[in-house]
Amino acid sequence: MTENNPAGIRLEKEVVIVNELGLHARSAAQVAKMAQKARGAIFIRMKDRQVDAKSMLDIMSLAAGKGSVLLICAKDPRDEALLNSIVALVEQGFGED
Amino acid sequence: MSEDIAPQKMLMGIPGSPGICIGKAYLVDRENLDVVEKYVLDGGQVAEEVTRFKKAVKQAEDELARLIKRSPKEVGQHIYILEAHKALLKDKMFFGHTVDTIKKAKVNAEWALKTTLDRIRRVFNRVEDDYIRARLDDVVYVYNRVMRNLVGTQDSGIDKIDKRVILVAHDVSPAEASQIQLEWVKGFVTDMGGPTSHTSIIARTLQIPAVLGLENATKKIRTGDLIIVDGAAGAVILNPEEKTLLYYEQTQEIYEAYQARIARKSHFPAKTSDGVLIHVNGNIELLEEVVAALDRGGDGIGLYRTEFLYLNRRILPTEEELFENYKEVVEVMNPRPVTIRTLDVNGDKVAAGIMPDSGDNPALGLRAIRFCLKNPDIFLVQLRAILRASAFGHVRLLFPMISGVDELVQARHLTAQAAQELDRQGLAYDRELEVGAMIEVPSAAIIADMLAEHVDFFSIGTNDLIQYCLAVDRSNKQVAHLFQSLHPAVIRLIKRVADVSKDKGVRLAMCGEMAADPLNTPFLLGMGFDELSMNPQAIPAVKNAVRGLCASDCRNVVNDIMREDTAQAIARLILETYGDALPMEIPRPDSPSVKAGAA
Repeated sequence: MTENNPAGIRLEKEVVIVNELGLHARSAAQVAKMAQKARGAIFIRMKDRQVDAKSMLDIMSLAAGKGSVLLICAKDPRDEALLNSIVALVEQGFGED
Repeated sequence: MSEDIAPQKMLMGIPGSPGICIGKAYLVDRENLDVVEKYVLDGGQVAEEVTRFKKAVKQAEDELARLIKRSPKEVGQHIYILEAHKALLKDKMFFGHTVDTIKKAKVNAEWALKTTLDRIRRVFNRVEDDYIRARLDDVVYVYNRVMRNLVGTQDSGIDKIDKRVILVAHDVSPAEASQIQLEWVKGFVTDMGGPTSHTSIIARTLQIPAVLGLENATKKIRTGDLIIVDGAAGAVILNPEEKTLLYYEQTQEIYEAYQARIARKSHFPAKTSDGVLIHVNGNIELLEEVVAALDRGGDGIGLYRTEFLYLNRRILPTEEELFENYKEVVEVMNPRPVTIRTLDVNGDKVAAGIMPDSGDNPALGLRAIRFCLKNPDIFLVQLRAILRASAFGHVRLLFPMISGVDELVQARHLTAQAAQELDRQGLAYDRELEVGAMIEVPSAAIIADMLAEHVDFFSIGTNDLIQYCLAVDRSNKQVAHLFQSLHPAVIRLIKRVADVSKDKGVRLAMCGEMAADPLNTPFLLGMGFDELSMNPQAIPAVKNAVRGLCASDCRNVVNDIMREDTAQAIARLILETYGDALPMEIPRPDSPSVKAGAA
């Protein structure tokens, strides 16, 4: 946990996009599908924008390309494992080769 | 509403296809469902309205599920798109936002859905990534599906036209174009598009007038309005006055008489006064256009673009389907040759189901042969279909976008593999099948001598060659004036390929737009082209031009042209030398005062 913690945010992790295509349709869909299993809200922050990780469209609107730094945040502490799996998914480049 | 007669108005756009037509406008808008009524609900109706929306979404989900089930297994990419559409239906930004709006604003589902789309559009239009911005099309697709279910109407689209009309649309996609009952369309008027756009190609092959790039024609013209389309001038006249109508009726008559005059001689070979024969072929995109090519005296099909069967649907075509289609073209043309170009999907014709990511710069991206070599499974299906069709007539195989020897070797290798498979299955194909490379990337022109070792013929695709050579995107208005087909660099590249072809004994063809302009015929003849291929509509004029020329004179003119250092100077030289022999201007009666906005 970092000191930068706006109201309600319990967990957050920084991750860098490594895959060539970035957060495009397919990868955004994967993230959203995972986030939809969360008990609380999941957000993704990039620079000054924040989007709802449960919405593929919202995620796509970030247009996060390769090398972008994202902050993934969960509101409910019970979503820690899920947060970690999302981070892992991003770090592994969404299984793209 | 007052019953005043609306004043005559002239709208200027980009000439898309020559000709004149007069008739009623028929407005087709991909988002014509945007005309959404808004009404406020009583508190008690809200829950019911939410249910109605959910039902419409469920229905859309079921429709998509049925489509997925019907799709063959091997088209994974396509199923992915459908799955993505299914996921979009339930996306929070789409589904959640609409439900919230119904509840909070107490408005009807249609209006709530519309505000949802507007919001998504605002967000996406700010995205700088072209690929992601283009996903908005997917959202609109899903939106239309749900809206249709809500409103309970059928797709009020292009496939419903049942009278002779002039089609007015924001844009006409390849998919929509394929649904048009062509015999009902007299002309096209669109907001988008330019001379190389899909609509322009379609209009020219169908020989109907088109004016494109009007920007806001769909806002100014209503269904049922009387309009005149002057394709060559790029003008659309709305609510014409009596004298304007009369003028255009006369012009139309003169134009058609001129067309008929040159068409009458078109079935004879195009032979110069000193006996040099040149084959004048048609470029086609649809099976139906074969007739246009034959009617106009085409000596063959110099370019059969095969993208349509991949684009006007969301499932990859099967080998059988492709084979049947190619076979039909080949049989109708037999014994005349048919050059079939393998799949050339590109930036403006992206098949969502096949190419998920066109990149930031599609013209320089994974397109044409690059795409096919990366997807040999898709490529082999097409190669097998083309090979099989070759048993039924005279087929030539053409690979697009070749940029180096490697690609050509690989493509030929895959062709050999397809042939072996057919051998094993005992299926017939033409063992002497000629194979050629499109010369449309400058690198290919530069190493034409190396490529020549691997092919039977070259076909120069000038539209792309010019774009890549001069680094100009013609659809970009800021730089369109730099798209000069007579630029000395372009002329040098073409000359180089022509010289190599002669030297190596490779057959030489041109299938770009440049081949269709009779003003270019003299130097193309002089350079030694064996074949010119163009929109069927242009065949009579080019054949007519060939007959008026002497090949040995033309060879001398080539030397003069090579010395000029600007496109303007080359154009001037051609006009000075041949202007009189090649009547370009279509005669018109005296012009009446047709002023923009005149009452």
